[in-house]
Amino acid sequence: MRINQLLLSGATACAIFFGGTVSADEVTIASWGGSYQEAQSKALFKPVEKALGITIKEESYKGIGQVRTKVAAGSVPWDIIDTGSGGGARGCAEEILIPLDYSMIDTSNFVADTQLSCCVGTIVFATVMAWNTDTYGDNGPQSWADFWDAEKFPGTRAIRGKMHGMLEPALMADGVPADEVYSVLDSEEGINRALDKIRELKPHVAVWWSSGAQHAQLMKDGEVDLSTGWNGRFDVAIADGGNLKYTYSQGLQDYDCFGIPKGAPNPDLAMSVIAEMSKAEYQADIPQYITYGPTNTLAYETGKIDETLAASLPSHPDNASQLLPISQEWYAKWEKMASEMYTDMMTE
Amino acid sequence: MADALNARELRQDEWREKLAMFGLSLPALVLVFAIIVVPVGWLFWLSLFNDEGVLSLSNYTRMFDSKSYTRIFITTFKVSILTTVFCVLISYPFSYFLSQLPKRWAAIGLFTVLLPFWTSLLVRTYAWLVVLQRKGLVNEWGIELGLWDQPLKLAHNLNGTLVGMVHIMLPFMVLPLYASMRAINADYVKAASNLGANPTRAFWLVFFPLSLPGLLAGMVVVFVLCLGFFVTPAVLGGGKVIMVSMKIETLIDLFFNFGTASALGVVLMILTLAVLFLAHRLLRLDKILGERGA
Repeated sequence: MRINQLLLSGATACAIFFGGTVSADEVTIASWGGSYQEAQSKALFKPVEKALGITIKEESYKGIGQVRTKVAAGSVPWDIIDTGSGGGARGCAEEILIPLDYSMIDTSNFVADTQLSCCVGTIVFATVMAWNTDTYGDNGPQSWADFWDAEKFPGTRAIRGKMHGMLEPALMADGVPADEVYSVLDSEEGINRALDKIRELKPHVAVWWSSGAQHAQLMKDGEVDLSTGWNGRFDVAIADGGNLKYTYSQGLQDYDCFGIPKGAPNPDLAMSVIAEMSKAEYQADIPQYITYGPTNTLAYETGKIDETLAASLPSHPDNASQLLPISQEWYAKWEKMASEMYTDMMTE
Repeated sequence: MADALNARELRQDEWREKLAMFGLSLPALVLVFAIIVVPVGWLFWLSLFNDEGVLSLSNYTRMFDSKSYTRIFITTFKVSILTTVFCVLISYPFSYFLSQLPKRWAAIGLFTVLLPFWTSLLVRTYAWLVVLQRKGLVNEWGIELGLWDQPLKLAHNLNGTLVGMVHIMLPFMVLPLYASMRAINADYVKAASNLGANPTRAFWLVFFPLSLPGLLAGMVVVFVLCLGFFVTPAVLGGGKVIMVSMKIETLIDLFFNFGTASALGVVLMILTLAVLFLAHRLLRLDKILGERGA
């Protein structure tokens, strides 16, 4: 008995000492931090932890680039990562995310085009235009042409410091209908046309934002009068007492997804956790904390999401009809080149 | 002159001492080799391969083809030079003042410089954002007091970046300056006055040249540290101040492009060495910093 105890404590000590050995019922999830991860934690991570009787550790990270570095270095600390659809698509193509087992994960009731072979959608969000209600009252811009119009809407703007989700609005502001945006963008001339439109706006750009937390803060503090950004972050800023509003008009529809990095410590359990988190009962709780729409449409039938809340979500039919879904094919083809051209334009 | 009788022994001694010295510094040399020379060499090696993994100079030629790279380098040097200049303008009078105070008072003064040093760089940078932004403290008070009508553009541009960086870099300038000023014997200045120099002349002829080693050491440290800055320009620059380190981060984070990122690092290193070499030749740093025995 004594000896057994001694051995046991010795083994435990070893396990602690040679840290990195993960216990079998523990997964680590990396997400984007801020109000978004807080919502995920309350709606998904904590309840799933309880339901499966496991431990879910949380970290925040900076996106697929970091996963790539970790995979290349051969030491992956995360079992599950939350990434944008673009990051997910890149992760699949570069095989740094492993294929998901869709016999375990039920996506039969998912919003269309919200899953990839190795990344399954968790929320639908929209890139929208927001305005300061102290400056413009309720009559903010209703189209990208308005957002670009410095006479109609005098004031400072914040736009993204990366071309992602910026070229589409620029073309729409230049008069291209939403359904033709990606065909126009499918050439160097098209990209240049969008960049020229942003050059026009440059004198009014006070900040080139680099994160969701930043554009929410900029609007909440009244640092800028108009900003592009993600609808959920703006809603949190509004809930925090910020004087701003946004519209889904001409917005871009996108989604975030869960994937499992190659070399994750606990991939099997990660798969079960993802399967559980994709269920409607958990997804239905996300909108209580942040206004991102569930990817699983059954969530709307759980009775947890009331009418007014549902109507405010990007995946609600009335809103979704105003949005242009992001084209992963376009990003796969042009991302690198367009990014270089965008930085050229920014530094001019 | 005839050799001393013990010349052989002396030579042996000297040889033995050299060996012992080399042995003592060996661990440090190995460390420097392992953590500086090898990685830098590896970076250089990586920079010679293009996206397809083929040996080529495309990572370097791209810097000339794409205008943004040149602009990013110019911005990096401009910000670093301006930060260094402002640090000198603030630190020199301050250090001079401290060096003239009794030691106890000077210690309190130094403490005020070092205090921010113990606060996280990120916290200090965000604190500046709160102070400088459109509805920040400075603008609110300035408008309230009627000093200006429209909010001044203090943050999210070069101004904000410079304020933040100068604040962070000040201790690196003040400490070497103060140390070298303290070491100046006050009698030299008195002697100059005794010989008829007025205070201004005594300062420029005697005190200033003697304080140069500290000043130049501080300038070099501040300038070189600035070249690699990331957080402060990223937070306070509002996307308008893009420095090399930020471009490197994008290249790695978004595109996993170690080749181009390494090339940027190599070019920055070469330019930095070139600047230091020029400063060395033009300012005769070796003379000022004290020549080593022949």
